[in-house]
Amino acid sequence: MATEILMPALSPTMEEGTLAKWLVKEGDTVASGDIMAEIETDKATMEFEAVDEGVIGKILIAEGTEGVKVNTAIAILLEEGEDASAMDSAKSAPDSAPAPAAKEETAAAAPAPAAQTQEAQAVVDTSPDWPEGTTLKQQTVREALRDGMAEEMRKDGDVFIMGEEVAEYQGAYKITQGMLDEFGSKRVIDTPITEHGFAGIAVGASFGGLKPILEFMTFNFAMQAIDHIINSAAKTLYMSGGQMGAPIVFRGPNGAAARVGAQHSQDYAAWYMQVPGLKVAMPYSASDYKGLMKTAIRDPNPVIFLENEILYGRSFDVPEIDDYTVPFGKARIWREGDDVTIVSFGIGMSYALEAADKLAEEGIMAEVIDLRTLRPMDTPAIIKSVKKTNRLVTVEEGWPQGSVGSYISSVVMQEAFDYLDAPVINCTGKDVPMPYAANLEKHALVTTAEVIEAVKKVTYK
Amino acid sequence: MVAKKPSTKATPSNVSADELKAYYRDMLLIRRFEEKAGQLYGMGLIGGFCHLYIGQEAVVVGLEAAAEEGDKRITSYRDHGHMLACGMDPNGVMAELTGREGGYSKGKGGSMHMFSKEKHFYGGHGIVAAQVPLGAGLAFADKYKDNGRVTFTYFGDGAANQGQVYEAFNMAALWKLPCIFVIENNQYAMGTSQQRSTSSAEIYERGKAFGIPGEAVDGMDVLAVKAAGETAVKHCRSGEGPYILEIKTYRYRGHSMSDPAKYRTREEVQKMRDERDPIEAVRTLLLTGKHASEDDLKSIDKEIKAIVNKSADFAKESPEPHLDELWTDIYAEKIPQEA
Repeated sequence: MATEILMPALSPTMEEGTLAKWLVKEGDTVASGDIMAEIETDKATMEFEAVDEGVIGKILIAEGTEGVKVNTAIAILLEEGEDASAMDSAKSAPDSAPAPAAKEETAAAAPAPAAQTQEAQAVVDTSPDWPEGTTLKQQTVREALRDGMAEEMRKDGDVFIMGEEVAEYQGAYKITQGMLDEFGSKRVIDTPITEHGFAGIAVGASFGGLKPILEFMTFNFAMQAIDHIINSAAKTLYMSGGQMGAPIVFRGPNGAAARVGAQHSQDYAAWYMQVPGLKVAMPYSASDYKGLMKTAIRDPNPVIFLENEILYGRSFDVPEIDDYTVPFGKARIWREGDDVTIVSFGIGMSYALEAADKLAEEGIMAEVIDLRTLRPMDTPAIIKSVKKTNRLVTVEEGWPQGSVGSYISSVVMQEAFDYLDAPVINCTGKDVPMPYAANLEKHALVTTAEVIEAVKKVTYK
Repeated sequence: MVAKKPSTKATPSNVSADELKAYYRDMLLIRRFEEKAGQLYGMGLIGGFCHLYIGQEAVVVGLEAAAEEGDKRITSYRDHGHMLACGMDPNGVMAELTGREGGYSKGKGGSMHMFSKEKHFYGGHGIVAAQVPLGAGLAFADKYKDNGRVTFTYFGDGAANQGQVYEAFNMAALWKLPCIFVIENNQYAMGTSQQRSTSSAEIYERGKAFGIPGEAVDGMDVLAVKAAGETAVKHCRSGEGPYILEIKTYRYRGHSMSDPAKYRTREEVQKMRDERDPIEAVRTLLLTGKHASEDDLKSIDKEIKAIVNKSADFAKESPEPHLDELWTDIYAEKIPQEA
C-alpha cells in the first residue's frame, strides 16, 4: 500500500523547515536507513532517512521549498510491485510522523509566531525604545542575540564566549553561528561537558580581568554550576569590600521548550531574581535580546540572561541603530489600557499579549507591561499602571510558590493597596514537575485562556 | 613522608643567609599571628569560623619564595598564612578577623573571605574546592593575555575529593593553563584522616590521568617546598601547562577553633611538633651554619611580636563598619579590578 512520507520534526520545537535537497528521485528504490533528503531547520541541516523500503512514487514538495510545515506530505512511497495508481490511496506513514494529536498540542504550547509578531508591531509605535523614523528590520531573536554579542566582541578584546558546542558546532541552538569564523578559537571556546568546572573557570577569568559570556546549553544544567554563580560570582564584590567582582554574563535557554520533560523544562527566573549581587534579564522581543545583551556584557556585575528556546525563531522589529542598547530596570509598555494591568516577561509576554488582544475584542482594555529585567525590577512602572487600572494580573511560566508574581503582589500590596479594586492574581505554571505527555504539558504551562479568565475575575466581568 | 627527618635537599648551600633569615621571619610571623588570632577568638573578639595555619607555615613561605611579582594566588578558608606570606598587611588581616572597618574587606568578609587586588590575592573561599576552578580561571585569563604570569591554586586533601577539582584538572591540561595546583595535604579533612577518605595514597598521582605532572613535597621543609615551587613555576611559565605539588604538611591546631580534635592523639601532634617543626628546622640551620646568632634570632622574634601586637591593637581599636556599609559593594559601577 502506498504511504505518504511526511515532513519530520527534527527538534522538540521545530514547526517548519526547508526541504533543502532531495537525494532520491521518483522511481528510485529505497531501503530503511537510506538518506532521502536534507532538511534545514532554523538550527541545523539534518539528513532524513527512509524508515521503510519501497519505491519513490512521487515527490510532492520540490527541493528548495521553504516553510514546509511538520507533517506535510513531501513524497509518496510505493511498495515493491505497486504502480502509480496506488498513490491515490496513500496513507500517512505512521512511523515517520508524530500522531496528529501531538502536532496539535505542540502548536498549542507554542502560539503561532506570525500572530504574535503582528500584534507586537501594532503596539511598538506607542512606546518605542528608538526615535521616530528609525529604520526597522525583521530579525529573529536568535540573530539579534548573536549580533548583540558579536558587536560587543568587536569592540572589546577582553570579551569572549565559552560553553558546550558554541564554536565548531556553531551552537547547540545556533546562537553562536559564525562567531568562531569571525573571532577565532581563542575567543569562541568549546568546553567539555563540565558545567561546574567551566563555570568556575569563567568566574575566575572574570576575576582575572576578562569579560566572559558563558553559555549554558540550557539553564537546567546550570544547577550543576549554581555554587559558582551564587557563591563565587554574586558575592565576591561584597565579600572583598569592593576590591574585585565578576563581570560575567551567564546565558542560555530557560524554561519549557516542548516535550522535553521535567529535567529540561524549568523556569529559573524566581530563583536568580532572589540573589543580591546578580542582575537578571529575561527578554521577550528580538530588539530587547540584542539591546539587553549588549548592556549585560558591559555591566561590571554578574548578569543572568534567561533566554527562551521557543522565542529563538520568532521575528520582531529590530532598529537599525549603531550600538543599540536597552537599559536594565526599565519596563516596556507594549499596550496601553485602562481596565487591567497585565505584567509579564520573557515568553510569558506571548500569553499576555494574546490575552490582551482577545480581551480587547470584548471591550476589556489591558495595559501590558514587559518587565524585561527582573533584577533590577521596574516596580514603579507597575505601581503607576496599577494606580490607573486598579487591577493586576501577573503572568509567568514558573511555579507558583515564591514566584516572580508573588513578589510583585507583595510590592503592590505595600505601595498601592488602596488603589486595588480586586485581589492580584498570579497566573503561573502549575505546581508540578513538567510532564512529558503532550496534553499534560499543555495544562502544566500557563495558558492564554487562564490569563483571560484571571482578567475577567479581577474586572468582575 | 612527613615523619621522616629533614631532607638532605634542604642544605643551606643553595640559599643565602639572608634568604634563610627571611623565611624564618615570615614563618614566625604567621605562627605568632595565628597564636594571637587564637587568643582573640577566645576573648570573643573574633567570631564565626576561624581556621588556623599553625604547622603549615613552610608551604606558603616556600612557594612565595618561588613566585614573581604579578603572580596570583587563591586558596580556601584557611587563608591567613597565604595573605601574610604574599605581603598583605597584618593590621588589615587581623582587623578583618575582628570584623572592623580597617579590615581588608571593611569587615564584610571575615576570616574566610579576604582579598587583595594589590597583592594579587584572590581569596579566601569558604566553599571547599570552589577555588580550584576559580584558580584555573585566573590562569586562563593570564594565558589569554599572554602575560607570563602563573597562578598558585591552593587546596587541601579534603578538597581533593570534590569533583570540580578534576573538572578543573581536565580543562587546565587541555588548554595548558599556567596553574600550579598546590595540594596542602595536612592529612585530615576536618576530622577524617586521609586513610579514611581518600582512595589514593599519593593524591598528586591523580594528575597522571590528565597528563599533569606532579610530585610529593616535604611540606615541613621550607627549602624543599621552595625548590619544588621553582620546578613548578618554570614548567608553567614555559607554557607547558599545569603542575601539581602535593605538599605533605600538618596542622597542629584543630580544623577550626571549635574542633576538639578527638580524631588524633595528643602524642601524634606532639611528635610532629618536636621532630618536624618547620620553623625550628630553619632556626637550627641558621644557628648550626652560623648564619645567625641567638641574639639575631631574638631580635627577629621581638620584631615579629611587635608587629603582631600592633595588628591586634589595630584590630581592637578599628571601629566597627558604619551601618551604611551594609548597603555598599553589592553592585559595581565599574569593574573594580580595572580601577
